[in-house]
Amino acid sequence: MEMEIYLDNSATTKCFEEVGALVTQLMCRDYGNPSSLHMKGMQAEGYIRYAKETLARLLRVNERGIFFTSGGTESDNIALIGGAMANCRMGRHLITTVIEHPAVLQTMQHLEEQGFRVTYLPVDQNGRISLEDLERAMTKETVLVSIMHTNNEIGSLQPVAEAGAMIRQMNPRTLFHVDAVQGFGKFRIYPKKMNIDLLSASGHKIHGPKGAGLLYVSEKAKVKPILFGGGQQGGLRSGTENVPGAAGLAKAAELCYASLDEDVDRLYRLKQRFVEGVSRIDSVRVNGLTGRESAPHVVSVSVANIRSEVLLHALEDKGIYVSAGSACSARKPQPSATLKAIGVEKELLDSTIRLSFSVFTTEEEIDYTLQAMYDIIPMLRRYTRR
Amino acid sequence: MFTAFLIKYAEIGVKGKNRYIFEEALVKQIKYAVKRCQGEFRVARTQGRIYVDALSEFDFDEVVDNLKTVFGISGICPVVCLEDEGFEELGRAVVKYMEETHPEKNHSFKVHARRARKNYPLSSMELNTELGGIILAARPDMRVDVHNPEILLSVEIREKIYLYSRTIPGPGGMPVGSGGKAMLLLSGGIDSPVAGYMIAKRGVKIDAVYFHAPPYTSERAKQKVVDLARQVSRFTGPIYLHVINFTDLQLYIYEKCPHEELTIIMRRYMMRIAEHIAGETECLGLITGESIGQVASQTLPSLAATNEVCAMPVYRPLIGLDKQEIVDIAERIGTYETSILPYEDCCTIFVAKHPVTKPNTERIRRHEKNLEERIDELVDTALRNEEVLVVHR
Repeated sequence: MEMEIYLDNSATTKCFEEVGALVTQLMCRDYGNPSSLHMKGMQAEGYIRYAKETLARLLRVNERGIFFTSGGTESDNIALIGGAMANCRMGRHLITTVIEHPAVLQTMQHLEEQGFRVTYLPVDQNGRISLEDLERAMTKETVLVSIMHTNNEIGSLQPVAEAGAMIRQMNPRTLFHVDAVQGFGKFRIYPKKMNIDLLSASGHKIHGPKGAGLLYVSEKAKVKPILFGGGQQGGLRSGTENVPGAAGLAKAAELCYASLDEDVDRLYRLKQRFVEGVSRIDSVRVNGLTGRESAPHVVSVSVANIRSEVLLHALEDKGIYVSAGSACSARKPQPSATLKAIGVEKELLDSTIRLSFSVFTTEEEIDYTLQAMYDIIPMLRRYTRR
Repeated sequence: MFTAFLIKYAEIGVKGKNRYIFEEALVKQIKYAVKRCQGEFRVARTQGRIYVDALSEFDFDEVVDNLKTVFGISGICPVVCLEDEGFEELGRAVVKYMEETHPEKNHSFKVHARRARKNYPLSSMELNTELGGIILAARPDMRVDVHNPEILLSVEIREKIYLYSRTIPGPGGMPVGSGGKAMLLLSGGIDSPVAGYMIAKRGVKIDAVYFHAPPYTSERAKQKVVDLARQVSRFTGPIYLHVINFTDLQLYIYEKCPHEELTIIMRRYMMRIAEHIAGETECLGLITGESIGQVASQTLPSLAATNEVCAMPVYRPLIGLDKQEIVDIAERIGTYETSILPYEDCCTIFVAKHPVTKPNTERIRRHEKNLEERIDELVDTALRNEEVLVVHR
C-alpha cells in the first residue's frame, strides 16, 4: 500500500526531522554524561541546561522547576505519589476526575491502597467536570487535585484555569496537578497564571522522541522522589539524564510553539471539515464537543453496528491508521471508561474509533479518509451480527 | 558433576522388529533438541540404551528443559561418569556420589549394579552387596531396603562406569516422525494447540492451517497463531503453517445461507480446504481441537455435519476432555498465555445469537446448493493465495 495517512497522533507522532537529527547527534557525537567532570560532561550538561531554559521560557516559569522524566506516565507518578507523600501530614484526601488517563487513575488507586481517600469528579455528556462539584469536594484535608487538560479519547477540555483559581482560593496549601500530555504544544499553558503547581507533558506526543517526559514543579510545591540513586536533578529524579530525550523534547516544543496559532487554527479547520463530512453518514455520531471548546486534533466517532476493530482494519487496508477508542486501552478487552462516563450507549462503546490529527495532516488526507469511510461503512454494515 | 544423561524410553521397547525405526527417530529428535543447547554433545545408542554425553561445559537446566520436549523419552537420568580405576576407587566415588546427591538424612537405599562388561572382577550380585556395605559404613543414618528403597542407585559397568539415581520424568509418547504427518486446524484458541501437541506426542509430525478474515480479524490475531505454532514446534519440530484468507468465502456464505447455520457451513468449507492442502502435503489425517458439547458447533449432530465433508480421517484428541483439563495441558506446554490474548478469530465474528445445535445434514446440503454459483471459484482463489510460513523455535 503506497498511501500512508497517519491519524493516530494522540497515540504517538512522527518525529520532526530536525529533532531526529539532534537526537542522533546527542547519541553518537555529543554523548557525554552531564555528571562527568570533563569537557564531554560539561557539553552534555549544556544541552540539558539549554533544554530547561527553552521549556521554562515556553511555560513562563523558572527553569529550576523543569524536570526530565521517562514520559507522561512517570511525570504523573512523581507528581501524584511524590506530592501526596510529601504533604500527607496535612491530610489524606485527593481529588481527580473519572476520565483521567490510566497513568493518573491507576496511581490514584495505588494511593488509595496506601490509605488516601480519593474523590472522582464526574463529567457531563461533553466530558467536562463542573466547578461546583470541585468546590463541594474540596476539604481542609485535600492534599492534591489532579485534572487533565485535554482528554486523550474524546478531546474534551477542562476548565483548568478556573479550577486553579478556585483551589488556590479555597485551600492555598492544596497542590494542583495538570496532566497536559495531550494539551502541551497545542495550547499556551502558563502554570503560574493558572495556579498549576505540577504539570506533566510528553515528548513523543509533540513530534519529539519517546522515553522523554517533562514535569514542572512550582517553587512552593513539596514533592518527594519515587526513584532513588545518584541524586541527579536535585534528587527528585535520580538517574543519568536522558540528554537526547530532553534536548529532543525541548526542540520539538520550540518548533510547536513557533507556529502554534496558525497550526491550531488549521487543525480546527481540518477537524471541522472532517466532522461535517462524517456526520453525513447514517447513524454516525461524533462524541463530545467539536468547536473551539474541544481539542483541535482529537475526534471520537461512534459508527453504529460496526465493531471498531473491524473498521480500523478496513481503513488500514486503505492506508489509513486510526485508533479503536484510545490506543492505550485498545490492549484491554474492557470498554473505555471515558466513553461510558460521557454516556455513550452500551451498543456503541465497542463501535467507537478515534482519529487524531497533527501538523502533518492535510486537507487531501481528510477528504481521502472521508471517501474511504463513505465506501467502507455501508459495505461493512451489510455483514453484521444478526 | 553430571556429564551425561541416560535416556529412558518405555513404549518403544515393545515395538518388535520395527524397534530400530523408533529408536532412530528418537535419537534424531534428541540430537535436534540438544543442538539448541550451549555446548557439544554426543548422542549414542548402545545395547538398548540412549546416552547423551556432554563433550564440553553445558548448562544442566537448559539441557534437561530441552530433553523434556522430546516425545518418546519417559525419563531423563543425570549420570556421573567414572573411569574404571579399580574397585576401591569405585567405592570412594559411590560414597561421594551419595553425599552430594542425597545429603539429607535417613533415607533407605538399594544398589542396583549391572555388569555389561563381563571381564569386570566382581559380578553384579557381588557389586550390590559390597557397595551397599561401603555406603552403610560411610552413612550410618541410611538403611537398606531392597523392596521399596527411597534411593535406587544404579551402577553400570561398561567401558566407563556410570552412576545414577534420579529420574526426571520426560513427556512420554513416541518420537515425532515415527508416525507419519497430519494437518492441524489451528485457530488461536486454547484447544487446537493442545490437540496438535497430543497427536504429535504419538509420533506424528504436524503441519497446520489457519483461516484468517481481514479486516474482521487483525494482523495481531495472525501473529498470535504464528506464536502458538512456534510454541507447539518446541515439541514437534518445524511446522509448515498454511494461512488461508477466508473473508470472501465467509461473506458469501453469510449472504446466501441461513444465519444460524453459518458457523457449521463455514466449518464444512474449512474442513474441505484443510483436506485439500493435507492431500497435497502427504498428510494422512486432519486434527481438530473439538470436544463434545463445548460449543454449538461441537455437539454430536454438529460434529457429524462437519465430519461428513471429508474422506480423510479426522483426529480429535480432546473429544472427551473437559475445558479445565484442556487448560491444564495448555498451561503445562506453555500455550495458554498466548491463547487467551483477546483477538477475535474468524469463527466468532459473525456468529449468530442462537446457532443451530442440532443441524440437519439434509437441510445443510440443500442450503449449500445456494452457494453453487461462486463457491468453487472462491475456494480456488483462497487456495491459490495461500501463504506458507515455516515456523520453528
